Amino acid sequence: MIESSARRMTPMRRVRGLGSAHSGTRGFWHQRVTAVAGIPLTIAFVVIVAGLLGRNHAAVVQILGSPVVAIIMLLFIINTAYHMWIGMQEILLDYFHEEYTKLALLMANTFFVFAVAFACIFAILKLSFGV
Amino acid sequence: MAELEARSMTGMQRPRPLSPHLQIYRPMLTMVMSIVHRITGAALYYGMLLIAWWLIAAASGPNAYATFEAFIGSLIGRLILFGYTWALIHHTLGGIRHLIWDTGHGLEPAEREMLTLATLVGSIVLTLLLWGVGYLTMGGPR
Repeated sequence: MIESSARRMTPMRRVRGLGSAHSGTRGFWHQRVTAVAGIPLTIAFVVIVAGLLGRNHAAVVQILGSPVVAIIMLLFIINTAYHMWIGMQEILLDYFHEEYTKLALLMANTFFVFAVAFACIFAILKLSFGV
Repeated sequence: MAELEARSMTGMQRPRPLSPHLQIYRPMLTMVMSIVHRITGAALYYGMLLIAWWLIAAASGPNAYATFEAFIGSLIGRLILFGYTWALIHHTLGGIRHLIWDTGHGLEPAEREMLTLATLVGSIVLTLLLWGVGYLTMGGPR
């Protein structure tokens, strides 16, 4: 009985609620959440960068380290990091089908995003707290 | 029951029809812009390295920051920054377009063409405007 029901399982039954990332629509939804959050954060980021153009190092440190600017920058970095992690995963799942290549690239995506995001976060915190 | 099972078995073995490749279709604006949205997304992914370099340089000290400024002020640096600006604005506007489509609105032929064209023109105009204002406030190229 178990054997026959397993054999009768249609492709629809196997993939329902899973998809290529094996996590259903979670990635799809989180990509939309981070996209919506990204609109005001990107505008704020562009304004901050535009305001820092041509300023000397001391002024840049002071502005980037001020609480409101630092908090906005941290939110921008964290939100963008998650958004780009999902986005790159989607691209990799579309184009790479060989299991080990796919797994290696998915891992590389995670490592890259964590490393870049952590570097940015550390730098912003250092600018805020000095030393 | 047995018939169902047999059908599903042959269905498994028979090669399934494949959708035609992208090259088959005549390129359309919405389709090209969909691809551009993905390309700008991937470019911005690596562009995050530039933001990381900028922040680390600022946190490291005046010398490291001077090195970053020298690079970003060079011709190649400016080209990269210009491309980054356009990609960021284009991906943001394209994202807003996709969010509108997610609600089921703006999908009629004329509407979707208009929305797609608006994001393309909007991204170019906003990029030039931003750089124009930047050069004006900074007193031209230095």
